Amino acid sequence: MELQVLLLFMIFAAVVAVEIEDLLSSVIAVGAVGLGLSLAFLILKAPDLAITQLVVEILCLIILIRATIKKDLVLVKDGRWLFNTVSTLVFICFFLVLAYFALKELPHFGQPIMRVAKEYIAYGLQETGATNIVTSVILNFRAYDTLGEVTVLFTAVIGVLAVMRKIGRINAK
Amino acid sequence: MIEFVLCLILFCIGLYCVVRKRNIIKIIIGLGIIEYAVNLFFILIGYRAQGRAPILAKDQTVINMVDPLPQALVLTAIVIGLAVTALLVAIAIRIHDKYGTFDITKIRRLRG
Repeated sequence: MELQVLLLFMIFAAVVAVEIEDLLSSVIAVGAVGLGLSLAFLILKAPDLAITQLVVEILCLIILIRATIKKDLVLVKDGRWLFNTVSTLVFICFFLVLAYFALKELPHFGQPIMRVAKEYIAYGLQETGATNIVTSVILNFRAYDTLGEVTVLFTAVIGVLAVMRKIGRINAK
Repeated sequence: MIEFVLCLILFCIGLYCVVRKRNIIKIIIGLGIIEYAVNLFFILIGYRAQGRAPILAKDQTVINMVDPLPQALVLTAIVIGLAVTALLVAIAIRIHDKYGTFDITKIRRLRG
């Protein structure tokens, strides 16, 4: 029951974040969505994710506030407003039709399939020595996945450094 | 099943924001909402009713654990999401330096 209330709160905060005019308020509202997601992880019995989501959300908020501190407020409503909205809604309806077929194939909520995870839970402790199964999956059973994700992470960091650098530009300020 | 539908609604709000809005910061916020919805969907798939967190205890045997595999995948995806948001914001700040606006319809002059 509390999960549904939390999801409704997240949907409400997301609507506020999308529709509000002030950019800084929008960033704060998306922070509310992220913190609600952290609580939802805690309800769904994923404490590692709740901690990580909390830290990442705060960092994300700092980055977004850094971008919006310049106060560039754009509110344009020109003649194509109706066309843009209608085409967007048609696109979303097309997506929802596809999602309807996908939702019918899903397992029921609360009854996961766990065909792979059964082995991980059974042999996780004796093969890796980690009492936290999530840790043993990340660092032992699926370590190559983690290696790939870390590669993506460092590529993104190099991208940020390359985009934001001032030294070496021709028209540096 | 209602949880999946609510998660889908959250995804659609983010999709609407990305497709419809014209401010770059709003588009980044929409991408963030989509990312939250997808992470939540993974965890909802792996949830077991009256389940326990996937952590073994010394003096008791836990039989009803939730699925640890989506949690392990989402744990790295969250960190990737932070890096992607940082990259997007860096590009947005650079665009604002160059064109003086966040409006995507005014960024037309693609000069080298």
